[in-house]
Amino acid sequence: MVAIPAQPATPPALASARRLFVRRAAWRWEEIAFWVLAAASYFLFSDHLVLITQAMITGLFVVSLDLMFGYAGIPSFGHAAFFGIGAYTAGILARDGWGDPLTGLVAAALIAGVAGAICSQLVARLHGIAVLMVTLGIGLICYEIANKWNSLTGGDDGLQGMQVQPVLGIFAFDIDGKVGFIYSFIVIFLLYLLARRLVNSPFGLALEGIRENIRRVPAIGIGVRVQLAMAFTISAAMAGVAGALLAETTQFIALEVLGFDRSISVQIALVLGGIGSLIGGMIGAIVYTVARDQLSLINPAYWDFWVGLILCIIVMSGTGGVVGILRRSVGWVVTRVRR
Amino acid sequence: MTGEIVLETEALNRSFGALRVTQDVSFQLPRGARYALIGPNGAGKSTFINLLTGVLAPSSGRIRLHGRDVTRAPVEERVRRGLSRTFQINTLFPRLSPLEATVLAIARRHGLVTNPFKRLSGCTAEIDEAYMLLGQFDFGADVGRPTRELPYGRQRLLEIVLALAAQPSVLLLDEPAAGVPQHESAEIFHALAALPEDIAVLFIEHDMDVVFRFAQRITVLVAGQILCEGTPEEIADHPQVREVYLGNGDDV
Amino acid sequence: MADFVNILGAGIAYGVLLFLMAGGLSVTMGLMGFANLAHGSLSMLGGYIVVMLMNWYGWPFFAALAMAALGAAVAGLIVERTVFRRLYWGNELDQVLLTIGVVTMTVAAATFIWGAVPPAVHVPAFLEGRVHLGFFDIGSYRLFLIVFGGLLTLGLVLGIDKTSFGAKIRAAVDNRRMTVSCGINIDRLFMLAFAIGSALAGLGGGLAIYLVGLDPSFPVKYLVYLLVVVVVGGLGSIRGTLAASLALGICDVLGKYYIPYLGAFIIYGVTVAILMVRPNGLFGRGR
Repeated sequence: MVAIPAQPATPPALASARRLFVRRAAWRWEEIAFWVLAAASYFLFSDHLVLITQAMITGLFVVSLDLMFGYAGIPSFGHAAFFGIGAYTAGILARDGWGDPLTGLVAAALIAGVAGAICSQLVARLHGIAVLMVTLGIGLICYEIANKWNSLTGGDDGLQGMQVQPVLGIFAFDIDGKVGFIYSFIVIFLLYLLARRLVNSPFGLALEGIRENIRRVPAIGIGVRVQLAMAFTISAAMAGVAGALLAETTQFIALEVLGFDRSISVQIALVLGGIGSLIGGMIGAIVYTVARDQLSLINPAYWDFWVGLILCIIVMSGTGGVVGILRRSVGWVVTRVRR
Repeated sequence: MTGEIVLETEALNRSFGALRVTQDVSFQLPRGARYALIGPNGAGKSTFINLLTGVLAPSSGRIRLHGRDVTRAPVEERVRRGLSRTFQINTLFPRLSPLEATVLAIARRHGLVTNPFKRLSGCTAEIDEAYMLLGQFDFGADVGRPTRELPYGRQRLLEIVLALAAQPSVLLLDEPAAGVPQHESAEIFHALAALPEDIAVLFIEHDMDVVFRFAQRITVLVAGQILCEGTPEEIADHPQVREVYLGNGDDV
Repeated sequence: MADFVNILGAGIAYGVLLFLMAGGLSVTMGLMGFANLAHGSLSMLGGYIVVMLMNWYGWPFFAALAMAALGAAVAGLIVERTVFRRLYWGNELDQVLLTIGVVTMTVAAATFIWGAVPPAVHVPAFLEGRVHLGFFDIGSYRLFLIVFGGLLTLGLVLGIDKTSFGAKIRAAVDNRRMTVSCGINIDRLFMLAFAIGSALAGLGGGLAIYLVGLDPSFPVKYLVYLLVVVVVGGLGSIRGTLAASLALGICDVLGKYYIPYLGAFIIYGVTVAILMVRPNGLFGRGR
């Protein structure tokens, strides 16, 4: 197994090849703008911190879905199950005596992660509609379990009576949502960084390979099952942390966190923001959550109609959501400016 | 050629219901071989490749790679043990660039694909190796463009690159020049001629030019069974082969 | 025992209804490779057409049903010709997302036009009440559904099996490219199949009002069951859809009556289990 000798590549060419990968992982301006704005909203929108916190948490949830859907190409109609498992884990712990928020997050991540690993084995051999159906089925089963197991989850009425302790024993959650915001922001940002590292790693590249051509992947020696098991576990754990954050910051869990509507709306938010860009998930979630909150006041049906229409337009035109539009407009502006 | 057999099958059979697609095929490939598998359409050549690589499971029989029984082994395990293939129809990653695809294949070889924490930009050894490998096939500036934007012949070459990135000891080429326009096929032939000498190569090919130019030994497959095997001259003279396959006045 | 037969009858009636609504979807997904999650909207449209014609314009029940089928067919065709056909045999995720968008829009539009309150519908007197058959009795409407639906089903199955149109559909489901190369105008085939499937869906929706009620969330409420029936039965298989519909209808009603605690749970669990063993459904063929 000797490498074919040929003329060696000149160093500048190699350097430019390496630069391609550096550029691939570079922070885009819309990412920087988003996070700066998000951080600044603590001061800019201090009256709406609770809403923004919930939007950011949804963002983390959507990002976790993007890992599976945008990068690995695996659709899921049941991702809310992992969100809900995380939420209920943290919630039940807090209700039954263990109120420390950080360890609650860890527990949520662990249990949701295990659920994800199990789920990955169930969908391993399926494609297309069957994957959707199985993930849908799993999501619905989890919903039913939570619904019927009243004693554990509070069933229809939701989980109440959580006693969440102060973060690190010092920062108690306040009514205005200040502590909740900062706590969530830090956790979400760190997990976002983790997601970024993941998609710009050989592991992430393998996931994209699975998305692009699942037949080719074993032919270069990569085991699809193992990759998906890891991806599902990480994605589910992340969704679980998002759920736990919601439970801890609002100290209440509604049964709907596990519902079909939730799984669907998170898909919609992802498409709106732009699949496969990570930041698209965050942006889509913010836009979706804030817009729904504001427009629902006018007329809920009104909001739904326009969301549906926008979704149709995005799919038919293939623009890649908000992020796609942003990048394209920036590209357009830049080429104009350069002339 | 040293006689070490790197890939062999023993009485390999594959049926789909009542249809026997592969019948009792016993085949051997020694180190450094340049063997060709020919046969009329529907003879079961692609099925045979799929059996060898593990995409299909045989109904009966054995497959041995470097003496080790791999009949039950999944596709990726056979690749890790040194068996690579190309596909007859381009099976590539449309939105990834050749560089990304090749880096992925090499990173797998270095055991990196289960590592979510390693930066791709830090995989300089893999990037360099990928770039050099692609350079040998004259990819030039195309390395960074999405695969789906490349001309068909380039994509065909990338098929071979990806197979080579695994540093195989056995290479199965499924009609490497298939569908490539005349003016681009020279590059493919060039690539085939430059393959490392100690890799054992088996290719399926319809193009008799390629077969007689590169093959030391030809196996003729008809209706799932081996009709005969031999050197190109022997095969060209073989009456049954002429009848079944070659016999309509083509220059040989 | 009489009770059980009664419930069984209710289950069969429900199953027949599901079949009417889902039959078209199975053909659409198997024939055009198009995951139309908005199929339930056609049923909802059929239902509201019946409501409007009967309650606002005083049409008789059966005439309204006929219009429901026609209206749904027309609406379905319009959407199919303009939007859906661009995505046939394409990326399934795009199809799913698009049709989710369509469902969302139709639900919102229905809420806006007709309001969220379920409308009441008055069926002809002879369909109300109960019918005594030997040792048990069954609701007249349910019996009507079983008989009427049964006849329709028979017609469908015979149509698929015996007519040349049905043969073309089966051929196209099996091997689209081959069918095209046999000179069959596949575009027209799709159109007709979609129209018939939509008409059935509309009819099913109209019939459903009296049995399960109607409101703007109808398409979403039944989406899961429609998908289960179609996917478990096997895409493109009328028989499979029928078997799965009846099974689901019976299990659902029996479950709700005898084991309410675990009912839905079992259905989803069985669906997942079946799909894992036979990813193409019970009667489906791989692509």
